[in-house]
Amino acid sequence: MKLRTLIPVIYILFLLLPIYWLVAMSFKTTNEILGGFSLFPQRFTLENYQTILTDPTWYWGYINSIIYASLNTVISLLAALPAAYAFSRYRFLGDKHLFFWLLTNRMAPVAVFALPFFQLYSAVGLFDTHLAVALAHCLFNIPLAVWILEGFMSSVPKELDETAYVDGYSFPRFFVTIFFPSIKSGIGVAAFFCFMFSWVELLLAKTLTAVAAKPIAATMTRTASSAGYELGLLAAAGVLTIVPGAIVIYFVRNYIAKGFALGRV
Amino acid sequence: MKKHSQRAWLFVLPVVLLVAFNALIPLMTVINYSVQETFGNNQFFWAGLRWFEEILQSERFHAALARQFLFTFTILIIEVPLGVIIALSMPRRGLGVSVCLVLMALPLLIPWNVVGAMWNIFTLPKIGLLGWVMNNLLGISYNMTVSPVAAWITVIIMDVWHWTSLVVLLAFAGLISIPDAYYQAARIDGASNWAVFRYIQLPKMKRVLTIAVLLRFMDSFNIYTEPFVLTGGGPGNSTTLLSIDLVKVALGQFDLGPAAAMSLIYFVITLAVSWMFYTLMTRNES
Repeated sequence: MKLRTLIPVIYILFLLLPIYWLVAMSFKTTNEILGGFSLFPQRFTLENYQTILTDPTWYWGYINSIIYASLNTVISLLAALPAAYAFSRYRFLGDKHLFFWLLTNRMAPVAVFALPFFQLYSAVGLFDTHLAVALAHCLFNIPLAVWILEGFMSSVPKELDETAYVDGYSFPRFFVTIFFPSIKSGIGVAAFFCFMFSWVELLLAKTLTAVAAKPIAATMTRTASSAGYELGLLAAAGVLTIVPGAIVIYFVRNYIAKGFALGRV
Repeated sequence: MKKHSQRAWLFVLPVVLLVAFNALIPLMTVINYSVQETFGNNQFFWAGLRWFEEILQSERFHAALARQFLFTFTILIIEVPLGVIIALSMPRRGLGVSVCLVLMALPLLIPWNVVGAMWNIFTLPKIGLLGWVMNNLLGISYNMTVSPVAAWITVIIMDVWHWTSLVVLLAFAGLISIPDAYYQAARIDGASNWAVFRYIQLPKMKRVLTIAVLLRFMDSFNIYTEPFVLTGGGPGNSTTLLSIDLVKVALGQFDLGPAAAMSLIYFVITLAVSWMFYTLMTRNES
């Protein structure tokens, strides 16, 4: 029994160590960081955070990332909901092949597509917009959303649909007022994973933006090369990138585990 | 029974259009480049299958591919059993579950370049916690920029740190779906812990574990940002995985033709291995 409680504790400590180091650094000045090794900040400073929260080039990075990740979540869910319904309720020509084809897009190495994506979105005039990144991230988020939602929908008995039609519900009204609430947790999980994968992806987001929609991750890499090594500042920026995800995960913690358990392969 | 209906295609149409826009048009661009040679001023010349032949015979590609397979299989062998062990030893109910889930999911939510940067500063010999402890406290010489072995170990530990939680979440989801009655029956029969694991827990986790293996295979095979930020592919070429090599060819040397051909070969390999996993899993299910 002792070992059983020890394993998760050790694992969590292992996870938190590098994060602690980042947080500790974010409260140090760059001089202190480069000056030598110390476990705790010797001269505790909030200067790094102050810089980020008052400088528009910094905080717009966060706003841009939040905008395109949210936009991607909305688009992915709106498209995936009817598709997942079709996969869970009907047989149709090529359904299995279509499902596998969707999955293959999660397998596509993003590095492969970076350059063609740049050309495609430049050609349609969407380069450097939030919409471009949101649409591009659909490549790997829609298959995942369909996968998760289909699992949740399949666990809702089909009798629910039939009873509703007998009661005279039209399809859209049934979908919104009856079906929607019964897969609420599935929508939560799918939304979480879409937001998460859009939030953490950098290669496409960086390729498709220049100034107006520049993601925070790109701001960080560009600052790193232009301003020398502002380690304290970078650490603070890194810490702040963890915050939105942590907030989201707190709200959906009870559903995350369930989300994949119901999914099909 | 599911109803047969071709009208279902209407429901699927938005997804098909969106994904096709993102997948097919860039894919066609890549195919188009892969059979041509480029010079400046947007001049293109027909090259046929030359790039494919060159890449398939090049030692550089073989080396990158070998490193990629070594990396992917190493992390699968570590992350999947480790994830299962951690999921098995997690509390099943109460406050402990929420605390574990939230803390364990943290690494999944950190942007990939931040993950790389974080591990970079964590392992710096003079100012990083791990680097300092190894070099100054334990007296083990550890420097990623010099030693390929250290670089490899660090890249693998970073991936274990980053993604084991995904396996934990999935395995845990499988575990909590087992009704208590199963365990009670096992206790009455006097089953050992191993028997409970082998005949009750493992079969129930099989489905989610196959998802875990598939997701981890696909994502680790395509990994780019984290190792690139951590080691830049070095020292030398020792941690240059397939995606890093590809971007070096495509953007560094601006050889669009060979890069495109390499992309296609890469995609086909990923597809083939994933398809193998997929059919193995669905065959067992039906």
